[in-house]
Amino acid sequence: MTTASLPETGTVLVTNVRPYGEGEPVDVLVTGERIAEIGPSGTVTAEEHAERLDGRGGVLLPGFVDLHTHLREPGREDAETVRTGSAAAALGGYTAVFAMANTEPVADSAVVVEHVWRAGREVGLVDVHPVGAVTVGLRGDKLAELGTMAASAAGVRVFSDDGHCVADPLIMRRALEYARGLDAVIAQHAEEPRLTEGAQAHEGERAALLGLAGWPASAEEAIVARDCILASHAGARLHVCHVSTRGTADVLAWGKPRHPRGATAISAEVTPHHLLLTDELLAGYDPVNKVNPPLRTESDVTALREALAEGTIDCVATDHAPHAVQDKDTEWAVARPGMLGLQTALSVVVETMVRPGMLDWRGVARVMSERPAEIARLPDQGRPIAVGEPANLVLVDPDARWTVRGEQLASIAGNTPYEGMALPATVRATMLRGRMTAADGATVGDGVRTATGATERTGGAR
Amino acid sequence: MKHLLATADLDRAGATQLLDTAMSLQQNLLGKQVRKLPTLRGRTVITVFYENSTRTRVSFELAGKWMSADVVNVSAGGSSVGKGESLRDTALTLAAAGADCVVLRHPASGAAHRLAEWLDGTGTAVVNAGDGMHEHPTQALLDAATLRERLGDLDGRRVAIVGDVLHSRVARSNVHLLSALGADVVLVAPPTLLPVGVESWPVTVSHTLDAELSELDAVMMLRVQAERMHGAFFPSAREYARSFGLTEARAAALPDHAVVLHPGPMLRGMEIASTVADTPSSAITEQVRNGVHVRMAILYHLLAAATEEDET
Amino acid sequence: MAPPSRGADRTAGQPAPRELLTADDVARTIARMAHQVIEKTALGSPAASDVVLLGIPTRGATLAARLAERIAIFSGVDVPYGTLDITLYRDDLRNHPTRPLEPMEVPGGGVDDRVVILVDDVLFSGRSARAALDALGEHGRPRAVQLAVLADRGHRELPIRADYVGKNLPTARDEEVSVLLEEVDGRDAVLLVRPHGDDATGEAEQE
Repeated sequence: MTTASLPETGTVLVTNVRPYGEGEPVDVLVTGERIAEIGPSGTVTAEEHAERLDGRGGVLLPGFVDLHTHLREPGREDAETVRTGSAAAALGGYTAVFAMANTEPVADSAVVVEHVWRAGREVGLVDVHPVGAVTVGLRGDKLAELGTMAASAAGVRVFSDDGHCVADPLIMRRALEYARGLDAVIAQHAEEPRLTEGAQAHEGERAALLGLAGWPASAEEAIVARDCILASHAGARLHVCHVSTRGTADVLAWGKPRHPRGATAISAEVTPHHLLLTDELLAGYDPVNKVNPPLRTESDVTALREALAEGTIDCVATDHAPHAVQDKDTEWAVARPGMLGLQTALSVVVETMVRPGMLDWRGVARVMSERPAEIARLPDQGRPIAVGEPANLVLVDPDARWTVRGEQLASIAGNTPYEGMALPATVRATMLRGRMTAADGATVGDGVRTATGATERTGGAR
Repeated sequence: MKHLLATADLDRAGATQLLDTAMSLQQNLLGKQVRKLPTLRGRTVITVFYENSTRTRVSFELAGKWMSADVVNVSAGGSSVGKGESLRDTALTLAAAGADCVVLRHPASGAAHRLAEWLDGTGTAVVNAGDGMHEHPTQALLDAATLRERLGDLDGRRVAIVGDVLHSRVARSNVHLLSALGADVVLVAPPTLLPVGVESWPVTVSHTLDAELSELDAVMMLRVQAERMHGAFFPSAREYARSFGLTEARAAALPDHAVVLHPGPMLRGMEIASTVADTPSSAITEQVRNGVHVRMAILYHLLAAATEEDET
Repeated sequence: MAPPSRGADRTAGQPAPRELLTADDVARTIARMAHQVIEKTALGSPAASDVVLLGIPTRGATLAARLAERIAIFSGVDVPYGTLDITLYRDDLRNHPTRPLEPMEVPGGGVDDRVVILVDDVLFSGRSARAALDALGEHGRPRAVQLAVLADRGHRELPIRADYVGKNLPTARDEEVSVLLEEVDGRDAVLLVRPHGDDATGEAEQE
C-alpha cells in the first residue's frame, strides 16, 4: 500500500472503458465530483494537466456498496481498523461500506456511531456508514436509541444486532415499527438462538461425521419467516442478513410479495462465501472456514445463486469479518466465526455468477451497488453511469486472474478462506466522488482530510 | 502411520494390523515374570488431558511404561493449560520439550487434528484420546479387539450401538471401525439422540431395541449423560431405561454367544442392569485389559519405527 | 506387511547369487547339528538336561522344528520347541519401517531351570542373539542358554559365540547370506549375494 501525495479533486479522463460491460468502448470525463462527459473512445478530450487512466477495454461499474462489514473499531484494532478496512474496501471496488455495530463498545449510541463515522471521513477512502445496534449492548432485551443515532452526524439508517439475532418477537416487532418512523431498515441476523445452542457447523452429513454440534437450516428459516410476517404486519422494512439456505430463499420468495408496501420492502443479502464454499471444507477442522451462518451444502449454494440471479436475494454483502490470529488459529470450537471478504467479493461474484452466465455486468452493478444503495437509502451511491451523476465508479479488469494471499490483503487480519485460490477479475481502479481511492492494487491518498470536499456528504438528503 | 486421529482414517488392512499387533503383545506378555518390554526405551510420551478420564489416561500410561517409554501426564488442572494457555502454545511447548508422542483428550471436536497440524514437521506423533463428539479411536480399537477375542472374525457379525449416538465419539469411532472390519452395525436410539445426516453412515438405524436383540452378536451400550435431559433429548431416565436400557429380560433375549460392551463408566440401572453388567456375556473387564494392549500396539506402530522424516 | 524376502526372488539386473549350500548340504548340516546337540546335552542319558529349542522367527523357528524332528529320530527324545519373537527387543527398530510382530510360543513348562537352545539361521553381528537373550530373560531364568545357527558368517559386533554352527561362511561385510528353507521359501539352500549397488536391503545385514 502506497500513500501518494494527496490528490485534489480535479479532472480525470478514463479512456477505453465499457460501462456495464456493454457496447463499444467509451471515454468518461470526470470533473470535480461528477461525470462531465461520456463519448466514444478517442473522442473525449481533457485539459493538459488532467489525470488520465487507460481503461484497456475494462468494465466500468458504479462503485460497490457493502451493507455488511466489520471494521472492528473501536475495540479490536489488532484485527482491523477503520483505516485498514477502508483500504480493503477501496481495493475491492467499494465506495461505501456499512460498519456493523458489534464493536467494543457496541455502536448503540450516538457517541460510538459518530466516532466511527468521523474515523471513516478522516481516512477518506470509502464512505463509512456506521450501523446502529437495534438493542442496547446487542443483548436483545431493550431498544437502543435508534432515533438519536438517526439524528446524529452519522445519520444512521441501518440498524442491526448482527452477530446476534433479535430473537424476542416483541422486541423485533417494536424495532420494525419504530424504525419505520425513521425510514430506517432493521437488518436481521436470522438465527433462532435456542436452535443453535453450542452449534458449530451446518447440521447435516458433514457435521455428523465431524462430531460438530449441528446448526440447523431451520434456525435461520424460522426467524426469516417470522420476521417477514412481523414486517408485513408492521408495514416496516426488513433486511435479511447473510441468507445461507435454500429454505430461506423459498421463505423470501413467499414473504416478499406479501408485504403491503411491495416486495422491495423486504430485502436480503448473500455473502460471497455462501455463493462459493460448502461445508465439505470443514474436513480438516481449519477454523478459517468457520463462519456464522455456517457454510452450507452444494444444494444451498445452487439455490442462493439462483435466488440472487432472479432477485429474490437483492444483493451481495461481504460480512467481512477480520479476526486476529489467536482468535482463528485455534481448535474449531473456540475459534471466532467470520472471514475476510472486501477484496475478494467481486472475484467470487464473477466466478460464481458472471462466469456461469447467471448475471451480466449490469446484474453485478445491481447486486453490488444499486440495490444496496437503495436499501440503505444512500442517494449518491449506486447511481447510473451518466453525465451529471456522482463519479463513484469502479473499473474492473474482467479477464485478469489472481491468486489470493491473505498476507497481501490490506486488512490487518489474514483470515481469508480463499488462500491460494486463483480467482477471476481484478479491480483496476476505484473512484469516490471523482477522486481515485485505489489504482492497480494500491490505495491512493489515504491521508487525513480536514477540508470539506471529497469526503463531504453530498446533497441534503439527511 | 504418523498419527492416530480417527478410525475413519483406518482401512481394513491398517486396522487389522493394529489389532494383530495388540494380540501379539498380549501373547508376548502372557505369563511373563517381568511385564516390561525395552521397545520404547528413551522415547517420551506425554498425555495431555483437558477432560478427566482416569480409565483412559491410566491405560495409556501403563501402555507406555510397559514398553519402557518415559510417560509424563499433564492435566488441565495442574499446569499452564489451566491458566488459559492456548492449545497451540501448549502443543508447541511439549514438542520443544522433546515429546515423541502427545496423547490428547480434549472437549473440542477436531482438537487432535489441529494439534497434528501444529506439530507438523516436529516429528511428534499425535494420538487422539477423545476429541469432543468426534472420535475416540483407541476405545473403538479396544472394543474391536475384545469382540475379535470373543467372536473371531467380525465379517458379517451384527453389532448394535445403543443410546446417545449423537454426542458419542465412541459411537462414531466404532461405526467406522466395525464397518471397515466387515461388521453390520445397527444404531439403536430415539431420533433425538441420532445425528441429522446419519443416513449417510454405513449403518442401519432402529428406534426399537427389542426388535433387534435376537439377531445380535454384540451390543454396545453407550453412556447416557443425565444432563441431556435438559436439552429435551428424552423425557426421563425412567422412560429411557424402559425403552433403551439393557434389562435382564433384554439380555436374556440376546443369543447365547452375544457379547455386551460398555465404554464405561457405567450408570448401572439406567443403561444397563447391574446384574447384566456382571454376567459372563459382559466383556467389560476384558475391554479394560485390551485397552492397554491396543494402546501399546498404537505406540509401537507410531514410535518403534523410522518416521517418515527419517526415511526421506 | 509380508516379511521381507530373503533372496527368493531377486530382481533382474542384480548379480546371480552363488549357492554356498545345496538342499542336500542343508539337510546334512541340520542332521549334524542334531547329533551335536544330543552329544553336548547328553540327551537320552540319565544325566540328561531338560532341553527346550526356541527358534527366532522366521527361519530360526523353522530350523528349531527341524532340529527337534532330527533329534527325536536320532535319540528317541522329544525335545519341546517353540518360537521367541525378538522384535520388541531389537535395538534397530528406528532404522526401519514398522516391523510386524511374530508369533511367540514358549512351550508349556516355560524356561525356568531348563537348557534353552536359541536357534537362528545366520549369525552375523550378534545383535539378534543379544535381543533374544533379553527377550528370554523376561520369560524366566533358564539353567543355561546356548545358541545354534545354520551359518556363521563372521563380522561380530558383540561378544557372542554360537555353541552349534552348521557351517562357517567367511564373507565380506557388504555381502549377504540368504538361507532358504522349504517351508518358507519353497526350497532349501544357502546363497551368497554379492553387493549390488546402493540399495542393499538384505536382512542379513540388519541382523
